[in-house]
Amino acid sequence: MTGTTPGFSQLRLDGVSRRFGSQDALTGLDLTIQAGEFIALLGPSGCGKSTALNCLAGLLPLTAGSIWQDERRVDTLPPERRGFGMVFQNYALFPHMSVRANVAFGLRMRRLPRDEIRRRAAEAIRLVRLEEHAGKLPGQLSGGQQQRVAIARAVVLEPSLVLMDEPLSNLDAKLRLEMRTEIRRLHQSLGLTTVYVTHDQEEALSLADRLVVLRAGRVQQIGPPQTLHTRPANWHVADFMGYRNLWPMRALSAQGAVVEVEADGFRLVGDPVGDIAPGDAVIAGVRPEDVRVDDPGEAATNTTPAEIEVVEYQGRELAAEARTAAGIRVHLRTDRRVAPGDAVALSIDPERLLIFPNDSDEHPSAPLVDPTGSRLSEPGLVG
Amino acid sequence: MSVTTSPPATAAAGPPQSPRAHWRHRLAERGVDGQLWLLAPAVLFVMLLFLYPFFYGLGLSFQPTKGGPFSDYARFFGDSYQRGTIWTTLGLALPAALLNVLASVPIAYRMRGRFRGKRLVTILLVVPITLGTVLTAQGLLNFLGPTGWFNRVLMGLQLTDEPVRLIHNYWGVFFSLIITGFPFAFLLVLSYLSGIDPTLERAAATLGAGWWQRFRTVTLPLLMPGLATTFCLTFVLAFSVFPSAVLVGNPAGETRVISIAAYQAAYEQYDYPYASAIAMVMGAIELVIISVVLLARTRLYTGSSGGKG
Repeated sequence: MTGTTPGFSQLRLDGVSRRFGSQDALTGLDLTIQAGEFIALLGPSGCGKSTALNCLAGLLPLTAGSIWQDERRVDTLPPERRGFGMVFQNYALFPHMSVRANVAFGLRMRRLPRDEIRRRAAEAIRLVRLEEHAGKLPGQLSGGQQQRVAIARAVVLEPSLVLMDEPLSNLDAKLRLEMRTEIRRLHQSLGLTTVYVTHDQEEALSLADRLVVLRAGRVQQIGPPQTLHTRPANWHVADFMGYRNLWPMRALSAQGAVVEVEADGFRLVGDPVGDIAPGDAVIAGVRPEDVRVDDPGEAATNTTPAEIEVVEYQGRELAAEARTAAGIRVHLRTDRRVAPGDAVALSIDPERLLIFPNDSDEHPSAPLVDPTGSRLSEPGLVG
Repeated sequence: MSVTTSPPATAAAGPPQSPRAHWRHRLAERGVDGQLWLLAPAVLFVMLLFLYPFFYGLGLSFQPTKGGPFSDYARFFGDSYQRGTIWTTLGLALPAALLNVLASVPIAYRMRGRFRGKRLVTILLVVPITLGTVLTAQGLLNFLGPTGWFNRVLMGLQLTDEPVRLIHNYWGVFFSLIITGFPFAFLLVLSYLSGIDPTLERAAATLGAGWWQRFRTVTLPLLMPGLATTFCLTFVLAFSVFPSAVLVGNPAGETRVISIAAYQAAYEQYDYPYASAIAMVMGAIELVIISVVLLARTRLYTGSSGGKG
């Protein structure tokens, strides 16, 4: 298994949709995946990311749309004829078969010669470093080892596409980091095209070449990790990408690339994302690490006095929660040794403060609405 | 207690200072604690209604009205008319149990998961349990009898000139065993099937296995231990067949099953020791068949069939 033949140059999802009864689980997913790419589908639970993966695998029929592998339509094929490998969240290893037999299963289904099956299974087991466990049953392995068997079983067929459904969510934190590196290593050494579903933004950012953020069955943004990290398309994506500070405010003035916003007498200047007119309801977002902490001093732009309320120790840094004079709660990270009750001045670089249009009645503090919830939150219905 | 209390008194008042844990803790580690009393009613029930009659019967079978302790067993095995009941019963019970299990598998396989009307179908399949053997026999007599609907349809369609004989012979009893045994087998197989993680078959599908390969290589091997257990239970039910062998069978001839032999010894000849001996033979044969099946079952994979393997 030294570099797989991709078997296609691109995979195209064309308006892929899936309804469950009257409920839209996935609406109009358009995505073109290049061979060798690592795509992460990211979103909160119920956003449609697993639905999308199951549609790709052929385990769920589409309600609308089509999937094309170059010029060949594949969404009408049953899963066993698509030739995509899949790694399931609970691994789905065959409990009555040894590690070796699990890995060889797909090869046996293809009726390959016995020698080739033995050779390729052994190679895949070596690839995931499980040689000394090859004769064991899955029940005798640890979670991380089972995970590796599941990956070996999927990649041994040299599939044109590997689908991974939250493969690390059942592992503990340390193992998750190790396996993350392992998955990236395998992806690079085998040149696999991978679609990876996760709800963990850190996992998605570190693994993927491109991210697809979904919410309530709709694509919110598609782009490389840097873009999603620094320039989320809307406040929902921002919320998901670690912008813990999301404040509902109102736009006062907009001059090109700078917007002045206000809430309860608290004024800020920031960078608009999208069209914003004076008087619009907006959401101002900033990451905790982009909030600067200084000693209380003179008033300046984007600077406000605040009092530290809660402090969490996080190694090199502290994560803290502060409350401004106007009563707004600010999450911040700092390497200053602050303590609850300290009076400080908080400031935010206007370039780091993103101003999003508030497209719905929802508020960032409320949990994200699930797909069954309020239709008002759907972009199409509210301007 | 004052501070001036003498040392021995304090030692006596405190817990025993031995290096080993308290005996209550040691017993509790082995599962022996107060909750064990909850088992008492069940144990009493089994003692009174199973163990006592069993050992009473066993003792009785060794005290024949004449001859040595084993003479009733010798009498049973020496008489080909009596001995033949073993084969008659096995000839009914083994195929019936096998068919019940085999017929349950595809139906239960199709009934996994959710679909509209599942409850209704399940009720229809399970309702014969509530009927009881006598009502089933009554229905069979009406339905399969020489002037029953079945034969009238066959003759109406010109498929046969004279009624097919399906009651008062082997087939009547066989059908009755299927009707009463199938719901048990079906319910058991359905629950065993639901215990198998459906993701396993989906994984097999993504690995290129068609539906038959998925069933044969993944589901069936995981289901086999359950099928073995189901076979044992339906076999025991069928082996002790009595009412239907009399009502829809031919109790003097081809469906003279072993329980009829025991009944005749007890209530026609009033020879309780002989009847007990026949009952013991019956139990021993059931035990042999079950042991063979369960021994074969230990060779199968019997661990978890959940997703985590």
